[in-house]
Amino acid sequence: MTEEEIRRAYIEELTEVAPDISPDEIGNEAHIQDDLDLDSMDILNFVTALHERLGIDIPEPDYPRIATLGKAIRYLGQRLA
Amino acid sequence: MAGEGSCGKTVDAGARLARSGIWAEAWAQIDAPDGMVNIAYEGLDRHVLHGHGSELALIWLGKDGVRVEYSFADLAAQTSRFAGVLTDYGLKEGDSVFSLMGRIPELYITALGTLKAGLVFTPLFSAFGPEPIRTRMEIGNARVLVTTEALYKRKIEPLRASLPSLELVLITGNEAPEGCTALGPALAAASPDIAVANTTPETPALIHFTSGTTGKPKGAVHVHQAVVYHAYSGRKALDLTPGTIYWCTADPGWVTGTSYGIIAPLVNRATMIVVEAEFDLERWYETIQREKVEVWYTAPTAIRMMMRAGAKAAMPYDFSSLRFMASVGEPLNPEAVIWSEKVFGQPFHDNWWQTETGGIMIANRPGMTVKPGSMGKPLPGVEASIVDNEASNLREAGENEIGELALRPGWPSMMRSYIHEQARYDKCFADGWYLSGDLAMRDADGYFWFVGRADDLIKSSGHLIGPFEVESALIEHPAIAEAGVIGIPDETAGEVVKAYVTLNPDFAPSDTLERDIRGHARKKLGAAVAPREIIFRKSLPKTRSGKIMRRLLKARELGLPEGDISTLETDES
Repeated sequence: MTEEEIRRAYIEELTEVAPDISPDEIGNEAHIQDDLDLDSMDILNFVTALHERLGIDIPEPDYPRIATLGKAIRYLGQRLA
Repeated sequence: MAGEGSCGKTVDAGARLARSGIWAEAWAQIDAPDGMVNIAYEGLDRHVLHGHGSELALIWLGKDGVRVEYSFADLAAQTSRFAGVLTDYGLKEGDSVFSLMGRIPELYITALGTLKAGLVFTPLFSAFGPEPIRTRMEIGNARVLVTTEALYKRKIEPLRASLPSLELVLITGNEAPEGCTALGPALAAASPDIAVANTTPETPALIHFTSGTTGKPKGAVHVHQAVVYHAYSGRKALDLTPGTIYWCTADPGWVTGTSYGIIAPLVNRATMIVVEAEFDLERWYETIQREKVEVWYTAPTAIRMMMRAGAKAAMPYDFSSLRFMASVGEPLNPEAVIWSEKVFGQPFHDNWWQTETGGIMIANRPGMTVKPGSMGKPLPGVEASIVDNEASNLREAGENEIGELALRPGWPSMMRSYIHEQARYDKCFADGWYLSGDLAMRDADGYFWFVGRADDLIKSSGHLIGPFEVESALIEHPAIAEAGVIGIPDETAGEVVKAYVTLNPDFAPSDTLERDIRGHARKKLGAAVAPREIIFRKSLPKTRSGKIMRRLLKARELGLPEGDISTLETDES
């Protein structure tokens, strides 16, 4: 999976869980809790959605590694490699 | 206080005398010099006067890894400066100060400084959307708001014109947008030696908002003598003693985060740990280990998230500092109690109380045998019962009989009113009992067990959500004609909000519209309150008077018996 595909999956699933966020708000450094106002239930739903879409199980201790798009591209890229 | 007059009917004089003895003992936990009762004085200044000024009151752990320590003397001085800023501005007793910020040190200084100045403090949850914020500030006649620049720009500036009572907006830091005042320079210019306001036991101190099934949120008014109960219950239910390292994970935007996240630990001279960031498994476990947390007060949703991560994730950490763990917000399921025993070597102790009660009423206290799934027993001095209020005369229910959980008013932290809502306040009382709205039962050993809400209120992640507030926001969406909102069971959050809507002509159900509606609701209400799911219907079940029957929506959702549907006029389709 290319970086671009991971980026698209991340943005699409995030805006599905939180449709108040517009895709252009999701910069590489935007933090899903601190900047985009996701709560803990949103994060669980987001992780579940990423799991379904990408087939990767993201364990709780790794949640901080998907907290921004930039971090997630690195983390998911490694996991998918 | 309403409803107290008929207490003598079923309570014998001996029990009342014992209770008055308990409250006398609780009063001995505070100073109350010359009859003055002030929460900030009892939590900070008196410890300084008694030679404990250098002990740690607050350890703040910032998102970016910063760790800042505040002694009782530090907080006493900072809160005096804050009180000075307010009085210099000309604010007087009864004036209302709101806060809207995350768990940053300024929040704690604002809360205690406001109380020190004798003004009324209301914390708002910083994740609220603009609508819940506006409603609460309007009902509470907010004259002052303390917030951050980012939150101001996103949530306040667009609605400032609709808040005529709001005069002073203090912005944390050294700079402020137009129409606001920077808090940093204002604090620096104020005196650290202002006198504590001469508040009485009955001077209003705090207003905490809570949701109603119908109508606007209700502002429960609490007075300064609530501190007596915070001192007492902090000791009895949470084992807080001088020097205890204590972490309450609740946000002060909800009552737990104020009563037990600010007042109870300070008045008991414990050291509070405040973590700015939201739940993060490793950060939480590391915090307990590094700070050597002794008493930990958290909520079922967080505990269930730890359970999801598994016992293995907890294994690398040293939890030997923990001596007592408690949970509140919604019933703690037995599995979570058993799991915590396995992982932490001791169970989470569930307890029960409400915004209205101001403090813990029923608890699995230190040393008590925990019955997993039970909220425990009433604290000494608290008289609780299960009542049947359906019949013409209220009666107390027997063992294992389901009824409404009720309390005899008289403990110091009971709410004194709902602001501007006498009728709704009066409705909370019958035959000398305060009616909680929670259904429960009591077993033969005197343990109480939560059954459900007697009304349509939704409990999600420990937050009480009023369906009316959600429905009102939904019908502002151009596509929506009607909305009915219910809570549906969820493994992690307890309940999550689900909405059933009908559409206006010219609109048709679609995934795009569903997302648009959820986005609209999240913008208005914030993530914690907005529905997670929208279901389209052609019509909703309604009574003859046109009221949407949420109870029926819920029964159908859950496949439960529909109960009495004699008032049903139009059914859903």
